[in-house]
Amino acid sequence: MMPFLAAVDPWILTFSAITVVVTVAMGFWSAKKSKTASDFFVAGRSVSVGWNSSAISGEYLSAASFMGVAGMVMSSGYDALWYPVCYACGYLFLLLFIAGPLRRFGAYTIPDFAEGRFDSPIFRKIAVIFVLFIGFFYTMPQMKGAGVTLAYIFKDIEWFGGVKGLPYWVGVVLVGSVITLNVALGGMKGITLVQAVQYWIKMFAISLPIFVLMSVHSHYGNHLQANSVKPAVGMISEGDTSTSLEAAAAINRKALSEKAPKDETWINPFGPLTTKAAKAAGLSAAESRPYSLLYTYSLIIALVCGTAGLPHILVRFYTNPDGVAAKRTTMWVMILIGVFYVFPPVFGVMGRNLMPELYNGLAGVKGTDGVVLNLPLILTEKYGTLGAVLSGITCAGAFAAFMSTFSGLLVSMTGALAHDIYGRILRPKSTPEERMKMFKYCAVICGAGAILLGFFVETFEINKLVGWAFAIAATSYFPLLFLATWWRNITMKGAATGMLAGGTLSLTAIASTMLADQAKWAEGLKIWYTSHPLARTLAEQPAIWALPLALALMIVISRLTRSEVPADIRMKMLVLHAPEKLGLKQEYIQEHQQGH
Amino acid sequence: MQPPEKPDIHSESFLHMLMQRQLRLSIACAATFLVALFGLPLFNYFAPELMATRVFGFTLTWLIVGVLFFPLVWIISWIFIRRSIALEEAEVEEVTRGNAPTDRK
Repeated sequence: MMPFLAAVDPWILTFSAITVVVTVAMGFWSAKKSKTASDFFVAGRSVSVGWNSSAISGEYLSAASFMGVAGMVMSSGYDALWYPVCYACGYLFLLLFIAGPLRRFGAYTIPDFAEGRFDSPIFRKIAVIFVLFIGFFYTMPQMKGAGVTLAYIFKDIEWFGGVKGLPYWVGVVLVGSVITLNVALGGMKGITLVQAVQYWIKMFAISLPIFVLMSVHSHYGNHLQANSVKPAVGMISEGDTSTSLEAAAAINRKALSEKAPKDETWINPFGPLTTKAAKAAGLSAAESRPYSLLYTYSLIIALVCGTAGLPHILVRFYTNPDGVAAKRTTMWVMILIGVFYVFPPVFGVMGRNLMPELYNGLAGVKGTDGVVLNLPLILTEKYGTLGAVLSGITCAGAFAAFMSTFSGLLVSMTGALAHDIYGRILRPKSTPEERMKMFKYCAVICGAGAILLGFFVETFEINKLVGWAFAIAATSYFPLLFLATWWRNITMKGAATGMLAGGTLSLTAIASTMLADQAKWAEGLKIWYTSHPLARTLAEQPAIWALPLALALMIVISRLTRSEVPADIRMKMLVLHAPEKLGLKQEYIQEHQQGH
Repeated sequence: MQPPEKPDIHSESFLHMLMQRQLRLSIACAATFLVALFGLPLFNYFAPELMATRVFGFTLTWLIVGVLFFPLVWIISWIFIRRSIALEEAEVEEVTRGNAPTDRK
């Protein structure tokens, strides 16, 4: 039997352990400072722009961004670039239409907003269900990231009886319980600091290895140049390959395995990711392009609008002191995550040229999803420990990624349970102390639920799971928030119908494609989808029809029930849109209290 | 000439003006962004050779999506924030002009 620790790379272990210890220590430290209910739910609404934008970025950049994007660029090429771009640009929609008004309204959570805007306790319940639903969807890929990364770190350990490696579930349980403890102790204020620091860990961990790798193995552009020219499809001219051959020679590219997509489909738009349905139907490359374009547009809509409808991101806007700060924060978030997202695709591009053996690996870190963790090891040949050190740094970044996103999700789900369900629905007369105690219990309940769900997703693709959460948010919360802030005639029934229809239909569509791919009893559906590539594309990426459908339903039903528009709608719209300096918010709250 | 009348912040016309101004700004910024975002796949579709031109080793479309798109979004959001804060200040100015804050309804 091998000695216990000798089998684990000391650098990887050290860096990962430091990240975990720092997270826990900071959580404890700031837990002492979190005292009031407001500290727990919205960090006392007093987080400065710098801290808050780092914290939002830290929360947002999940395992999907840190590992999944690089893996997807490596496996699918150009089309996967839409993920990082839209993850970052979605914030623009949030900034333009939602951030300022939402903050001015002065609610604690999205369900608070839903109830306050429509004067409807029932709508709060619907909104709560969606918070929990999207939240749990989004925790699954984080849990998978945790399980897979820990299994990677301890892959060579040998236990008694010759069992090798660490089972997947250990990482899920370990990381899940550490974060649950952190959230239960410190609430929102506790994790704000932690997440802010974790952004900078991730930024450092993704950029430094790239700069080192580029200085040794040539820069980004040269690596792309090595994937020879030629636009796709019939209209190819006789391109000259001489320049590309030169660059390829300079890069010392390894031979691609058979599972890797060809250069031409990889580097050009409308490649393997977006043409899958059409290819399955046996269409030619030229015939499959329209489907591919459709897929691309639908993906863009889901990601851009989904970002603006993610509850765990939206809840963060309530931690700003005012609407102007909320706007400034959004701008900084876009800069921080935009800079970050330039790097993961570089890992994918370099991985394709330098570590093509990952194409042969199965799911998890042995496959392309693990390129961020594995790629720095190619430096080991030339520079010895440098490779292991850098790999240790990217492992630490991966830890920071799934820990920070998971804590953010846990806070928003716990908030929904403790504040909306317990504090508003079950026991509206509970004291602040009781609510705070409840926050802790709910954190444990949600954490345990997330860990349980994490056990079932080992075989799913990280980025795909996240994509679903985005598609559901884009077709349920986004239309709700957009219309509720800008259209005064929306009624509760209209909003609820649109949100439920959009959310459930897109979920059903996505789930049907998953079943067709994986379940044996859904064979008939699979055959049907194979012969109907248009239906398959629309089901896999439902945003392009589900979002307009949700908006249309909201408008039509609101028109039909126009007598139910809240009586004080002008005041509500004024609170949403008038600058805080006019002092309308306090007025609104006083009037509201007198009214009761 | 008399100074223009102070708008009543609880009036329908004030709310209308407020929302219209802000929405116009938001839509102008969103339109710029959407033209770029939705235009790019169209260029990829109809002008694949142009978009595959090599620039510093990148294909043109890769360079735009992978790198240049981020600064574009920063510029749009910077312009939006400057204008929207200026709008808010103008609104506050209009309402409070020449009136003591105690006058509030």
